Amino acid sequence: MSALRFDDVTIKLGRRDILSAASFAIGDGEFVGMLGANGSGKTTLMRAALGLVPVASGVVSVLDRPVTRGNSAIGYMPQNRGAIAGSRLTGWDVVASAAIGRRFGFVRLDQTARHEIDWALDEVGARDLARRSIGELSGGERQKVLLSQALLGRPRLLLLDEPLMSLDPAHQKSVVEIARRICDDLKVAIVFSAHELNPLVNAIDRVLYLGSGAAVIGPVDEVVTGPVLSRLYGTQIEVVRSKGRYFVLALDEDVDVERDAHRHDDARV
Amino acid sequence: MFEYDFMRTAFAASGIAAILAGTVGYFLVLRGQTFAGHALSHAGFAGATGAVLFGLSPFAGLVGFTALIGVAMGLFGEKLADRDVAIGMMLSLALGLGLLFLHFYTSAATQAAALLFGNVLGVDSSALLDLLLLAIVSLAALALIGRPLVFASLQPELAEARGVPLRFVSAALLAIVAVAVAECAQIVGVLLVFTLMVGPAAAAINLTRRLPFAVALSAGLALLEAWGGLTLAFYTDWPTSFWITALSGLVFFGSVAARRFAR
Repeated sequence: MSALRFDDVTIKLGRRDILSAASFAIGDGEFVGMLGANGSGKTTLMRAALGLVPVASGVVSVLDRPVTRGNSAIGYMPQNRGAIAGSRLTGWDVVASAAIGRRFGFVRLDQTARHEIDWALDEVGARDLARRSIGELSGGERQKVLLSQALLGRPRLLLLDEPLMSLDPAHQKSVVEIARRICDDLKVAIVFSAHELNPLVNAIDRVLYLGSGAAVIGPVDEVVTGPVLSRLYGTQIEVVRSKGRYFVLALDEDVDVERDAHRHDDARV
Repeated sequence: MFEYDFMRTAFAASGIAAILAGTVGYFLVLRGQTFAGHALSHAGFAGATGAVLFGLSPFAGLVGFTALIGVAMGLFGEKLADRDVAIGMMLSLALGLGLLFLHFYTSAATQAAALLFGNVLGVDSSALLDLLLLAIVSLAALALIGRPLVFASLQPELAEARGVPLRFVSAALLAIVAVAVAECAQIVGVLLVFTLMVGPAAAAINLTRRLPFAVALSAGLALLEAWGGLTLAFYTDWPTSFWITALSGLVFFGSVAARRFAR
């Protein structure tokens, strides 16, 4: 059984092919790091799995079932979290709004729902943080509180879109560790997108690399290599490995692979 | 002051409108759509004057037209409701249209002043039941969409992924806002709707971090401001709407100071 499977999937946004006949499968309980340049389709891929972006051809399946909108088997953490950062509400209230936010009608926040919220916050170690106003937390603290929402409803697959964005290295490390622990303890598959491999490299089972409409999945050593990345970036790429860290360098000086890292805030791809 | 019939009616009318406005206003502020609410009240001016011109009740015109514009704004999606320029243009267009309707309707001066700045002492006791019923229906509707509304307001992308129909929620809220605007306009007039709808809600947000308390506080503050304004107007003989705006401003700026001080 695979947690997420793309078979020959083509996705177009406007006239552009974001993915063209891409295929890969992510196993149950597997922790996959998703990398690729800006515009390579990381967010689009997640939105396709959530049924928010139509596929032009091919089949996307989640836990061996066709994609449905509002699939409760998927926990999602979107990339665009700007507005919430200014809110004065407590983290707990924000998580609570997500926990019962799907239901119309006179919905009470009952004991079961409260326990579920506390459980999710405990899983990410954010129970105490959630008592504070979400706007007053640091970026890393806020990220943990928001991450807990992805666990509500006990999903089998987590799609985490750039959880490390604009975090300092210490918080990056702790978010990656939390994700690894969630993967092990709760036996959920995780797709974790990032613009840099190094913070993830010791935690992930495999890497999914996107570029030029294609998707390549495999162990880090087999995917993050000069020939594979050169194909995905469409330019000559060299990978330097030093002390367990990977450095991706473009030989053409017009292409700045690392620069992509810093332009994510305004990108909605 | 309660020995006067018109004062009892005014207290009842402003109490109903204030509780509705304070509650609905919280969600408007939460979503950052206060300007859209302001514009809706101006659409109400065109609706009310148009209705008078065609021999209908101005209140019906007010509710009907604001609701129509509200739903339209909601269906165009967050994008339009966020666009200050488009909303500002609609606002002035509506006021201009209202002016045209008044031009054709000859004995318009008092009517216009009442519409623009409110005339709570002139509320007819027979209109109370309408105000009450509309408020109950609106609050019930708000409670029905409340959970998805809060979710969609705080985290629209996550809410969408979880299957919350964003457009429906947005249109439904603006329809409810339209009713609240129409009720509020009876008390403080279309130009000053902000004072009861946004002032108390913004103050409540400054004063508490808990969502349920904030909603209750917003409604409570709106009620206090409306009744306080009426009382002050009774004893000073100054316009009620002035006193309500003064209290609303005082509470809001006080809450800003309190928030600063609390840090």
